[in-house]
Amino acid sequence: MRTLRLAAAGLAAVISFGVAGCGDGSTNPASGAGASEVTGAVTVFAAASLTESFTTIGKQFEAAHPGTAVTFNFAGSSALATQINQGAPADVFASAAAKNMTAVTGAGNAAGPPATFVKNQLVIAVAKGNPKKIGALADLSGRGIKVALCAEEVPCGAAAGKALDAAGVKVTPVTYEQDVKAALSKVKLGEVDASLVYRTDAKAAAADVGAVEFPESAQAVNDYPIVLLKDARNASGGQAFIDYVLSADGTKVLEEAGFQAP
Amino acid sequence: MTRTRGSRVPFPLLLPAVLGLIFLILPVIGLLARVPWTTLPQRLTEPDVLQALRLSVVTATLATLFCLVLGVPLAWLLARVTFPGRRLVRALVTVPLVLPPVVGGIALLLALGRRGLVGQWLDSTFGFSLPFTTAGVVVAESFVALPFLVISVEGALRGADARYEEAAATLGATRWTTFTHVTLPLVGPGIAAGAVLCWARALGEFGATITFAGNYPGITQTMPLAVYQTMESGDLEGAVVLSLILLAVSITILAALRDRWLTAP
Repeated sequence: MRTLRLAAAGLAAVISFGVAGCGDGSTNPASGAGASEVTGAVTVFAAASLTESFTTIGKQFEAAHPGTAVTFNFAGSSALATQINQGAPADVFASAAAKNMTAVTGAGNAAGPPATFVKNQLVIAVAKGNPKKIGALADLSGRGIKVALCAEEVPCGAAAGKALDAAGVKVTPVTYEQDVKAALSKVKLGEVDASLVYRTDAKAAAADVGAVEFPESAQAVNDYPIVLLKDARNASGGQAFIDYVLSADGTKVLEEAGFQAP
Repeated sequence: MTRTRGSRVPFPLLLPAVLGLIFLILPVIGLLARVPWTTLPQRLTEPDVLQALRLSVVTATLATLFCLVLGVPLAWLLARVTFPGRRLVRALVTVPLVLPPVVGGIALLLALGRRGLVGQWLDSTFGFSLPFTTAGVVVAESFVALPFLVISVEGALRGADARYEEAAATLGATRWTTFTHVTLPLVGPGIAAGAVLCWARALGEFGATITFAGNYPGITQTMPLAVYQTMESGDLEGAVVLSLILLAVSITILAALRDRWLTAP
């Protein structure tokens, strides 16, 4: 099976470069290191909040490792964890919270222990110019203020719950969205007045929405873990991608997006 | 059977036919195989499940009534009145039928949402906006289900004998009287079948609902949304239980319509 996969990876290399490196690959099992061996398709399942930064990192990774092609599946971490546990073909899982990572590691679907690569925290996303003058979490429970929150299972929803508890504020949202981008899009569309999203998401959408920082956000900081999956089809490629995310180049992209170092 | 007696069913037809049947049935068997029968009664009576089921039945029924009020006259217009652009109108009616429902949801947002074409006027005049309300669910379901009703009622009207209507007209009945006293009773069964089809479509609606109306338990979270969210959260067993309910409802509808669909002409 392993030889077959490596042969397939080799074939992909032949197609993309026109170099015959098939035999070498099968006699020398990839151990994760060595840029020269990294090739083929890498499938990364990543939290929706990583959409912009991982897309950028993916492009840089492909440039650093010619012959690789990174494909992403961005969604709520809980949905991704479910898909992985149902056998979805992925090499790498990057979650927006430890809990959803535990769902995957607990089911025995990770190749090793996850590594935390960034932290992120919430802001209040509001319409551009903040027409409803929202300044704190307590304003979200005001009359006539429509709020979209992430569903509780999704990391941004769990973090929102924690932050609201810390502030002692009870908010009845009009909708529970399946990931942070869906919640943010409701603000962009003007269908809701506010949403609790990650600082990074608000920053990425700064052209369309405003961001209001609030102190309780510090009590709901999410750790982002990343892991190589046990059933990875391209383990060497997956590991190389993780190494790249953790490298200085990857960290630079993530910090520019507004993520904090772990 | 009598027609094929004496000659064997050709293998190139039989094999794909059987495979096709298996393809349709296998997923249902897969679902039934995972039903947690022991905990089923307890899970079925969970308040969340009942809440989503009630909301689904109520919204699908309201959507069907809405579709009947608008759809039957529309079908009548298409079947009985010759006017320029009729073919175009019929094509427009079928657009939501072929449109992916999630696209329908976005379109509804841009038309009836708080910043939408008509929605912003609703919001500024009445302080009312459809998204995130149960009415919004009914609108999303109606948008997707209306073509089903129109198409089946139009079919029934075309199949009905127009001579009864002509006789009524020669006896001095107005078009309205003819419609209420002759046409409606004549195509009653066709309208009923269309309404059931429409109801089933509304009950299963997902994409337009979650996009346009959002997802909040008891207000906009219908059964399909509850199935989706339960599955996403990793509760496979819960998703199976909710799916089983929808499956049971679908089979009941099929049974109700068996005379129309299951008996070959």
